[in-house]
Amino acid sequence: MEAHTKTDGQAEVINQHTGERWVYSDIVKDHFFHPRNLLLEGAKEGEFDAEGMVGSPACGDVMYMWIKVNRESDRITDLKWKTFGCGSAIASTSMFSMMVTENGGMKIDDALKIRPQDVMVRLGGLPNRKIHCSVLADKAFRKAVNEYFRATAQYERVIIEGAKIIDQRLNITDKDIEEAVLEGAQTIEEVQQKLKVGVGDPDALPEIEQLIRFYKEKYYG
Amino acid sequence: MRTVYLDHAATTPTDPRVVAAMQPYFGEEFGNPSALYALGRRSKDAIDLARGGVAAVLGCGSDEITFTSGGTESDNLAIQGVARAYESKGKHLVTTNIEHHAVQNTVKALEKQGWSATYVRADGDGLIDPRDIAAALTPETTLVSVMYANNEIGTVLPTREIAKAVRDWKKEKNRGLLDPPFLHTDACQAVGYCEVDVRKLGVDLLTANGSKIYGPKGVGILYHRRGIRIEPVIFGGGQESRLRSGTENTAAIVGLAKALEIAAAEREAESSRLTPLRDKLTAGIMGRIPKVVINGHLVKRLPNNVNVSILDIEGEAALLYLDARGISAATGSACDSASLDPSHVILALGRPYEYAHASVRFTLGRSTTEEDIDYVLDVLPEIVAKLRSISPVNLQFDGRGDQTIRKAFVDLGRPHWESNRSESRTASGRIP
Ligand code: FES
Repeated sequence: MEAHTKTDGQAEVINQHTGERWVYSDIVKDHFFHPRNLLLEGAKEGEFDAEGMVGSPACGDVMYMWIKVNRESDRITDLKWKTFGCGSAIASTSMFSMMVTENGGMKIDDALKIRPQDVMVRLGGLPNRKIHCSVLADKAFRKAVNEYFRATAQYERVIIEGAKIIDQRLNITDKDIEEAVLEGAQTIEEVQQKLKVGVGDPDALPEIEQLIRFYKEKYYG
Repeated sequence: MRTVYLDHAATTPTDPRVVAAMQPYFGEEFGNPSALYALGRRSKDAIDLARGGVAAVLGCGSDEITFTSGGTESDNLAIQGVARAYESKGKHLVTTNIEHHAVQNTVKALEKQGWSATYVRADGDGLIDPRDIAAALTPETTLVSVMYANNEIGTVLPTREIAKAVRDWKKEKNRGLLDPPFLHTDACQAVGYCEVDVRKLGVDLLTANGSKIYGPKGVGILYHRRGIRIEPVIFGGGQESRLRSGTENTAAIVGLAKALEIAAAEREAESSRLTPLRDKLTAGIMGRIPKVVINGHLVKRLPNNVNVSILDIEGEAALLYLDARGISAATGSACDSASLDPSHVILALGRPYEYAHASVRFTLGRSTTEEDIDYVLDVLPEIVAKLRSISPVNLQFDGRGDQTIRKAFVDLGRPHWESNRSESRTASGRIP
């Protein structure tokens, strides 16, 4: 990566491999250099109600998230996180944590409606290939919320994200396809390349194509 | 703000003397070297002169030098060109697992077209054993491609010994100098710091380019031993003795020759100036920051390369923090690669996945001063402390990274997505 600073103080980063330019917004910079709601010390017993941890499918990074919920109001009163991730992961998680906890905290159901794009809009944009970094926070949050639902015996509220098998022969699920799209695959060939397999069941092709379109729309649309 | 450019392995600024040499060819000397009239002839003369200069530095004949559009094209021409020309003699290639993508992906492309390849593995220091190269040779091998110095970890490979191993193998099999297998070396990173006399090295083909030696970008050279057949990869008007069609880039060629001449003249002085600075930076980082691993052999490395894995932090985030303090560096982290794959070179050292993520490369150059190094040593510890406070990863450290407990990452350091996939499969199995 080659980077230099322009006179107006906005850093412009150019990725030497992709040539992609990224003039990151002041908001991204602010959250990257001054992340909000970081958990600096280890979580103390009873300090939080639930915890969620995920690894990014795309680049192997990790996200931890802790939440505290007000049982009566169902609002999230505190959310802390830690990540082993790139600048975009740090900035987008910081922004996500702020959105969830601002104005007295969001209701769980509303917080679950925040999409990675909503975080991006508030950040003033991220490069396309960095979209999966903001999904990291989203997933960790869902895990934490599920843990909370289980811990408080609200089993009916647990979100089940079941993977559905699309290609019977190779056991490829919709999750696999989602991950491939998040890693940047745009076509059926690229998805196959990412999954390191061909398509075993020709009957599955139309559905795979449809899913690629769906996830492209969801994350990049 | 102070700016400290420490990414000379990515590219170097163009030397003003090189720019001056190129200047006329952007202006009045614009002629096409293939043209008959004086204006064209003058361009042709300039290219001939440049070719002679390059040949003098490499210790070969002018007819053994072909100009290309850069290191990548030279690698492609060497590998594809020799493989195709000697197809009838065999379709096996030998290379290593730490090559630049220009070599690695060319070999992979040939594998898709019916060639087979053996990837000799580097040891934990990032070095290649010449005996392993010899052991990989088969009667069907037509080309061996082993880099001279590694672009990421800076290790200088024993090119001379590798050339000897290949030669000895050929002798044993009663093969002459002009029988395959041939040895190609990508010397792009080495040219500024190592011996590049091709006769002394004993290589058959050698790649170099302008952008790493304070020359212009977009121009490269391929040395090829007289008598070795090469199939062109670019077809057209038959320039460069039919090996590389397309109107010659006169300005760039003149600039490359000038840059190479300067590099050769300043090689020794520059190497002795940079070595202590390199060692100061390495020692300073090791001394001030806990949990750091050096990537690549300590001594058998380029005088300008420092590559360390600073555990528990992610490299791209570190680069952005460094950038905010005016320092330009590079990383082998997956987050900074177009494919989201971590550096294959760091992984080849036998280090776990997280070490590649945490790797930071500083490459020094002509502009680097001791104050620059002091400045980096001043700001880096704070940046690392900050990023470590953000990171949930806390690897157990044994100094080598061989028995690290892979807590943060699943499946013995394998990428997450692989294991995620098997997880979701099991999960899906349970869903009716
Ligand atoms: S977390 Fe790896 S690219 Fe963003």
